[in-house]
Amino acid sequence: MSAQLLTYLFVGLSFGLYIGIAIWSRSTTTNDFYVAGSHVHPLANGAATAADWMSAASFLSMAGIIAFEGADGARYLMGWTGGYVLLALLLAPYLRKFSKFTVPDFVGDRYYSQTARLVAVVCVIFISFTYVAGQMRGVGIVFSRFLEVDINTGVLVGMAIVFFYAVLGGMKGITYTQVAQYCVLIFAYLVPAIFISLTLTGNPLPMLGFGSTMNDGSGVYLLDRLDGLNAELGMSAFTDGNKSTVDMFFITAALMAGTAGLPHVIVRFFTVPKVRDARISAGYALVFIALLYTTAPAVAAFARVNIINNVNDMSYEQAPGWFTKWEASGLIAWLDKNGDGRVQYRGGNALDPATPEFATGLGQSGERLLSNEASGNDNELYIDRDIIVLAHPEIARLPNWVIALVAAGGLAAALSTAAGLLLVMSTSISHDLMKKCLMPNISERQELLFARIAAAVAVSVAGLLGIYPPGFVAQVVAFAFGLAAASFFPVILLGIFSTRMNKEAAIAGMVTGLTFTFSYIVYFKFISPETNHAGHWLFGISPEGIGTLGMLLNFVVALVVMRVTPPPPREVQELVQRIRVPRATM
Amino acid sequence: MAEKPDDTGPVGPSNNADAYWRANLLLVACLLMVWFIVSFVCGILAVDYLNQFRLFGFKLGFWFSQQGSIYLFVLLIFIYVWQMNRLDKRFGVDEEE
Repeated sequence: MSAQLLTYLFVGLSFGLYIGIAIWSRSTTTNDFYVAGSHVHPLANGAATAADWMSAASFLSMAGIIAFEGADGARYLMGWTGGYVLLALLLAPYLRKFSKFTVPDFVGDRYYSQTARLVAVVCVIFISFTYVAGQMRGVGIVFSRFLEVDINTGVLVGMAIVFFYAVLGGMKGITYTQVAQYCVLIFAYLVPAIFISLTLTGNPLPMLGFGSTMNDGSGVYLLDRLDGLNAELGMSAFTDGNKSTVDMFFITAALMAGTAGLPHVIVRFFTVPKVRDARISAGYALVFIALLYTTAPAVAAFARVNIINNVNDMSYEQAPGWFTKWEASGLIAWLDKNGDGRVQYRGGNALDPATPEFATGLGQSGERLLSNEASGNDNELYIDRDIIVLAHPEIARLPNWVIALVAAGGLAAALSTAAGLLLVMSTSISHDLMKKCLMPNISERQELLFARIAAAVAVSVAGLLGIYPPGFVAQVVAFAFGLAAASFFPVILLGIFSTRMNKEAAIAGMVTGLTFTFSYIVYFKFISPETNHAGHWLFGISPEGIGTLGMLLNFVVALVVMRVTPPPPREVQELVQRIRVPRATM
Repeated sequence: MAEKPDDTGPVGPSNNADAYWRANLLLVACLLMVWFIVSFVCGILAVDYLNQFRLFGFKLGFWFSQQGSIYLFVLLIFIYVWQMNRLDKRFGVDEEE
C-alpha cells in the first residue's frame, strides 16, 4: 500500500478511537467537566499529563532543533523535564489537597482577592492562546504534507475532532482520549527511532545507540563520526555548544519554572483522588515524558548523520522523492551556487535572507528558483528544522507504514495538547470569571453550559489562529514559559511555603515579574529587533531566558512587600496549614 | 529516618504538624540540591570540564545534559514519593482509605 493510503488508514483509525472514547466518557456535571470527578487513576493521569504536555513542538520540532544545534538543544531537554521535579516536590500535592478546579481558584482564595483572581484568569488565557495556535498549525502541516490536502482543510478537520471531544467530554473526555493519544504518539516516536538505531549502530535502544559505535565496521563512535563530519563541512561540533553558559543557565531555569507554572499541566493534578496519587502521578508523568525526551537527542544525532550521508554532494537530478516533495512544500530549498548540479551542504546559512522566498520557474537541474541572494559561504542547502522528525523515516528508507505512523503520532501530540489548553481556557471563563466574579448565582447546569460554549468559542478562535497565523505567534510561544515563570510560579510557591505571604506581596510580585519580562521581550523582539544579540542583553541573558530574572525579581519584591504589610487573615493562614498535610481532618 | 511510630510520642496536633512540615522541608531541600547539581552544575556550569571524561561514546558533560539529568529527575521524584509516604505514616497524617 502507498504511504498516503496507509496514512489515511492510520489517521482515520486513531480519530475513530478518540471519538469513541469521547462518547463513552462524556461529562454530565461541572465536577466531571472540570476535573473528571477527581476519579482518574494516577497511572492514567500520568499518561494524560504526558500527552497534554508533549505538544507538536516536542514531537515535531524538538529533535529537529537539536539536530541543528547539537549540545545547545539540552536547554529544552533539561528545561522541559526538570520542571516536573519542581512540580512534584513543590506544587502538585498541595494544590491537590487544596482541591478546587483551577489555578485562578487557588490564587483568588489564597490571596483573598478578586483582583488577583482576575489577573490570574488573564494570564491563563494569554498563555494558553499563544500556545494553542501553534498546535493547530502543527495539525495543518501534518495534513498538508501527508494527506496532500490544503493546510486550512487540515486545521478544520483538527478543530472538528477537538470540538467533539472537548465540548462534549470536558476533562473526563479529554483525560481518556489523552491516554490513547499518548500511546499513539510514543509508539509513533519510538518505532522509527528503534529502526534507525538498529541500522546505524546495531543497538535497538536509541538512548544507548547514539553512544555506541557505527554499524559500518569502522569501530568509530557515532557521535565522534558526527563531530568529524561537522568539522569537515565547516560546522561546529555536535557535542559542543555555541550559547554562553549564563544564557544556557537562565533559559533552562525559565523553562523549568515555566513548566511548573503552566496552568494546563497543574490542573491535571486536580483530577486524581488523593494527595498521595498526585505525588506518584507526577512521577509516572515524567517517566512517560522521559521516554520521548531521552529518545529525541538520539533521533537528532541519527538524523544529522543520515542527512549528511544522503544529501551532501548528491546530484540534484538523482534526488530522492522526499527531497523534492519537501522542496515542493517550501521547507527545503537548494541554490546551486557553483552551478555543478550537486547539493553542497556546508556550515552557515545558504540564503540571504535565511528563509527561502521562491520565484516562479525551475533552474537548470529542475530545482525551484529562489529570489534570495546567495550568502557568502559555500552552503547551498536550506532545510527547515520542523521537518526532521517527519522526513527522517523517509530519509532512512523505512517502510511506508512507519511513515504513516509518524503522521498519526504528530497529530496525536498536537490534538492532545490543544484539547488540554482549550479546557483550561473554558474553565477559566465559565468558573473563575462567570461563577466566581460576574454571576455567582448561576446553577450548575448553567455553569456547565457556559463551559461548553466557552470551549466551543475557544476552539473556533484557535482554528482561526491556525488558518491565519499572526507572524508573532511563533515568537511568542517560547516566551509563554518565561511569562509563566515570572508570574505564577513564585506566587503559588510562596502561597504554599509561607503562611505570612499576603495579597499585597502577591500582586506586587506578579506585576513586577510580568512587566519586567514582558517589556524586555517586547523590546528585543518587536521594538528594536536589530539590537537582539548578546552585546545588548542585560547580563548576557537572551529574551528566551529573561523569565528567570523576572521570577527572581518577583520573589524579591514579594518578600520585601510582605514584611511591610499586614499578615493575611486568620482563615487564610489556616488554609495554608491545612493544605500542608495530606489527611483531611487535621 | 527509620520508621519508628512510637518515637513520635504524645505530642499535640500542632507540634506534630510542625515537625512533619520540618521533615518535609528537609527532604525537599536535599532532593532539590541533587536536582540542581545534576542539571545546572553537571549539565551547564561544569559541562566543559566534564566533557574531557567519557562514558562509552558520550562526552560525560554532554551525556548529563542530554540523558543523565533526565534519568535522575525521574529517580528523584520516586524517592520523594517513597519518603513522603513514610513521613505521612510516621506522623500519622496519611490519608484514610
